[in-house]
Amino acid sequence: MNAINNSILTLILLVPLAGAVLVALAPDRAKLPNWIALLTALVSFGLTLHLPAHFILGQGGFQFAINRPWIENPAIFYHVGVDGLSLWLVVLTGLLAPVGVIASWNAITERRKIFFVLFLLQQTAMFGVFISLDLMLYYAFWELSLVPMAILIAMYGRKDGPKAALKFFLFTFIPSAPLLVAILWLYAKTGSFDFVTLQILIAHGNFPAGPLFWIALAFLLAFAVKVPVFPLHGWLADTFSEAPVALAMVVAGKLGLYSMLRFHIGLFPVQAGAAAPYLIALAVIGILYGACLALVQRDFWRLLAFAALSHLSLITLGIYGFTFTGSAGAVYQILNHGVVDGALFVLLGFLYDRYATSQIAAYGGVASKLPRTATLFVIASLAMIGLPMLNNFVGEFLILSSTFTGVSRGWAIAATLGVILGAAYMLWLVQRLFYGPESELTASKPADDLHFRELAVLWPLAVLMLVMGLAPSIWLPSIETGIHPPGSKVIMVIQGSVLPRSILPISSQGEGQR
Amino acid sequence: MNAPLYLWLIPALPFAGFLINGLLGRRLPKWLVTTVALLAPLAAFGVVLNAALSLFGFGPAVSSLPYLETCPISWINVGTLHIDFSFVLDQLSLVMLLVVTGVGFLIHIYSVGYMAHEEGYWRYFSYLNLFLFFMTVLVLAGNALLMFIGWEGVGLASYLLIGFYFQKTSAADAGKKAFIVNRIGDFGFLIGMFLLLANFGTLTFSEIAEKLAANPGWQGGILTVIALCLLLGATGKSAQLPLYIWLPDAMEGPTPVSALIHAATMVTAGVYMIARTHVLFDHSPFALSVVAIVGAATALFAATIALVQNDIKRVLAYSTISQLGYMFLGCGVAAYSASIFHLMTHAFFKALLFLAAGSVIHAIGGEQDLRKMGGLWKKLPVTFAVTTVGVLAIAGFFPFAGFFSKDAILYAAYVQGTSGKVLWFVGLVTALLTSFYMFRLWYLAFLGKSRSENKPHHSTPWSMLVPLVILGLLSICGGWIGIGRFAAFLTPSVGARPITAEESAPLELIISLGAVGVALLGWWLADIFYRQKPERPAQRAADFPVAYRVLANKYYVDEFYGATIVKPLLFGSRYVLGGFVDTAVLGGAAWLLGGTAKFSGALLQRWQSGNLRSYAAWLAAGAAAVLLFVVVPWSTVLASLSAIHFGVAGH
Repeated sequence: MNAINNSILTLILLVPLAGAVLVALAPDRAKLPNWIALLTALVSFGLTLHLPAHFILGQGGFQFAINRPWIENPAIFYHVGVDGLSLWLVVLTGLLAPVGVIASWNAITERRKIFFVLFLLQQTAMFGVFISLDLMLYYAFWELSLVPMAILIAMYGRKDGPKAALKFFLFTFIPSAPLLVAILWLYAKTGSFDFVTLQILIAHGNFPAGPLFWIALAFLLAFAVKVPVFPLHGWLADTFSEAPVALAMVVAGKLGLYSMLRFHIGLFPVQAGAAAPYLIALAVIGILYGACLALVQRDFWRLLAFAALSHLSLITLGIYGFTFTGSAGAVYQILNHGVVDGALFVLLGFLYDRYATSQIAAYGGVASKLPRTATLFVIASLAMIGLPMLNNFVGEFLILSSTFTGVSRGWAIAATLGVILGAAYMLWLVQRLFYGPESELTASKPADDLHFRELAVLWPLAVLMLVMGLAPSIWLPSIETGIHPPGSKVIMVIQGSVLPRSILPISSQGEGQR
Repeated sequence: MNAPLYLWLIPALPFAGFLINGLLGRRLPKWLVTTVALLAPLAAFGVVLNAALSLFGFGPAVSSLPYLETCPISWINVGTLHIDFSFVLDQLSLVMLLVVTGVGFLIHIYSVGYMAHEEGYWRYFSYLNLFLFFMTVLVLAGNALLMFIGWEGVGLASYLLIGFYFQKTSAADAGKKAFIVNRIGDFGFLIGMFLLLANFGTLTFSEIAEKLAANPGWQGGILTVIALCLLLGATGKSAQLPLYIWLPDAMEGPTPVSALIHAATMVTAGVYMIARTHVLFDHSPFALSVVAIVGAATALFAATIALVQNDIKRVLAYSTISQLGYMFLGCGVAAYSASIFHLMTHAFFKALLFLAAGSVIHAIGGEQDLRKMGGLWKKLPVTFAVTTVGVLAIAGFFPFAGFFSKDAILYAAYVQGTSGKVLWFVGLVTALLTSFYMFRLWYLAFLGKSRSENKPHHSTPWSMLVPLVILGLLSICGGWIGIGRFAAFLTPSVGARPITAEESAPLELIISLGAVGVALLGWWLADIFYRQKPERPAQRAADFPVAYRVLANKYYVDEFYGATIVKPLLFGSRYVLGGFVDTAVLGGAAWLLGGTAKFSGALLQRWQSGNLRSYAAWLAAGAAAVLLFVVVPWSTVLASLSAIHFGVAGH
């Protein structure tokens, strides 16, 4: 068992890579690339499940860790590990892999080999981002996660792929350059890329505050664009409407949000605390702005993009509220958003496959023709709008209530208004797609309902929404260990320092009894 | 000594019914769908009855109230936030459960006949069971967040059932409207819960009550804010001003749904919630008076609209809003038991009236316009008889159920000093209007000559008649227990109404006589207008054209909200945020940045082809850049940069 524990993270990284090589070598016959990709995705999902099964709750720090020298000069280590923060994000990435393959099953008909090679490469990159504890290693995976995405958007765009890819490139690659500079600056100062080492060094105040401000800002900018945080969301709508479904559903959110928690707040708690008021304001604006724009979109991909902006902003709010409950809720909400958005993407992708348009007005009355699609879409929409008993509600409640009790009543009330708008745009979408009389398009085009393969993906996701809504205690205890590492020196050092209480990175005070 | 009561079965059974019919119903034979759908509420009713009997000493062991059942695994447990799955049975939830499962079961039976020929029979019943699940969760919940599951859940069931005929645009619209308007109320509920967490550190009702009991001097202030937030939630769910607008549209749903959800049970959830959290309201006289004013205003307002509606279901819908107003009025004068009493009798007679209306609609082929009915008493004798009972009950005639409960509320209002007199007077006028519009409905639908083109063709099946008769009996004797005994029973849950100096038995009698008097007056007026001189209503409408148009168009409230909220929101989102901010400002900024990055864009053209070789070149270039970064002494560069930055900041 120990041998597995020691090598599990490496396996998780290597399996998609091996799958990619296999796809590249195998002939493009029948559905062979699809099957190889599906098998790879299922195996890697299975491997990720090993992590929560053997995660030890009481044990602080990183588990399943490996720390070996990789390149001597500069001193880059192959340092990987997971804690409560990244544990479930790795599993989520694993879960969404087979979902992505199924979503691409019939949607991708040309150049399938390239598609699945890049898809699996992207998979490795995302795993890498979540488990890397060496900043250079992390940066390599971060960049690697952008490249297949940009290429696939350009290749498989629905209308104007290259333009969307360029936009994606400009928005995400350019901020990565300052990130790299910042990482290298830290290395130049310390001779280390190691996350844990740097965390302790920075916490001990070994750096001048001036440069550190810029370094932290460079980190934040790269992450904020990737989330995205308002007003840096310019790439999102185009990417959502052009990217293949399998990639669009992983492009936003978790990578950036995780990186904020781990590397922005984790390394620069003081600077993050200083930036928090601005981020809270931007997050609340993003919640309402995204919801308002989602209300008036005529294209369902764009609607989903602005809805995502709204929901991701809520998570940002939870992260930068710096409350214990809010942070745990934010991490939980990243998972929820991944599951719900994944399901919605898959369903809209199926509609697009069948009717070849994303114009909402062209639809109508689909529910009587495709009842199973309608049922699942309604379930996912209800989860999306935070119906209690389904998963999003738990995360939303944790974030909003802790913002209210621990951060700011005004911002919390404004953010809660998003609850009303969320129901409005989502139910309106449901109505325009599925209810009412059949439109010209839906009446004229015969279309078959979800197949077994698709149901086999969507029903488990629907059940997961219910389970995550009713039994968050399966996930939250391990997440909590990542928010507040028990016995972590770093936190104690910070609490002993000269920080004003109001910007303490994680305070469980100020919540509840008052 | 508490014997186990198995409270969790009460919601679990309907949920099982929902799952079975929802997942498999399409393939199951119809009789099996029916069996599952009926067994679920019947069994739940059985569990409630068992609990009730064992409380009154008939069961195997005597239990005492409140009876608590908590799931060993908590729902949410993070940091200081701790939320359990806990169910509480006390006098209040017991009464409510009896109404919900009892009336619910009757309406399930009725639906078997009413929906027999509908497509999606299984879907209908799975939704109906789902509703019962959420409603019982709402009632049993021991904390506000668990109640919120039921609260939003009944809204979901309502959304699904209003939109049951989803191919109809109006039905889909109405369902959506109901959900969104309710969400506005839920926003208030949520903020209320945040405030409870901030000030009490808990959402458990009993703990809140304990903390308040420990601080009897704590009045108003934040408690007022909390109570008003909860009230906003209640006005959404219970269709009070200013959020009542969804309920009339909700009549798009099948009629049994209107009876169960939009008359007897779900819409009373707001009243129930106020009664459940009454300790908060009791500590805020201001919030209580707002509740009373909202209730009285809604009661009168909705009653005036009901005067001129021609759709039989809409008359009943506005009447429901008006009657819910009475219940709020009762809560507002701290007469919670009178409110719950009225909630119960209203559930009987309003469910009866809706089901009877459904029976009429069913019999004459879907017609809902009162102007096209008339003379139906001969053809539908049972329906006519039970409607008569329902009309007498809602109008408040002795000894029908509505008399006792409405009278209890009016009396409680009257004895509350000067402002109470005003509330009482509004209630009295509403009673007059109620009697008038209900007898108007009665005359138009059942008496006079038939104005219908289609003859009644459906015979009413027994499955529809039996519930009608049972509800008819309940509408007669449902109030006989009397407010005295009812209030005494509920006192441990909702407290006793404070007795004022004005109260006396003769006064109580006078108030009762007054109420019956205006009911008679209303009947007499309706008799003149709709029997003796049927040309009168049109004349009166012609005499007061503006007033009539305002009433017929429901005070243009929907139009007002459309023009002041919906349209500006959409316009602002589309043109100001979407057009100006997103496209012009943010898009322009990105375009400018993009212009400066044109160089990289030109390079980008190369690998957009998806050519892997050029991609490899890119990676190599990237690696070279990395090495460059490592070689250059960035620390010195950055240090000097930051020195410049600080130099500037220093001045």
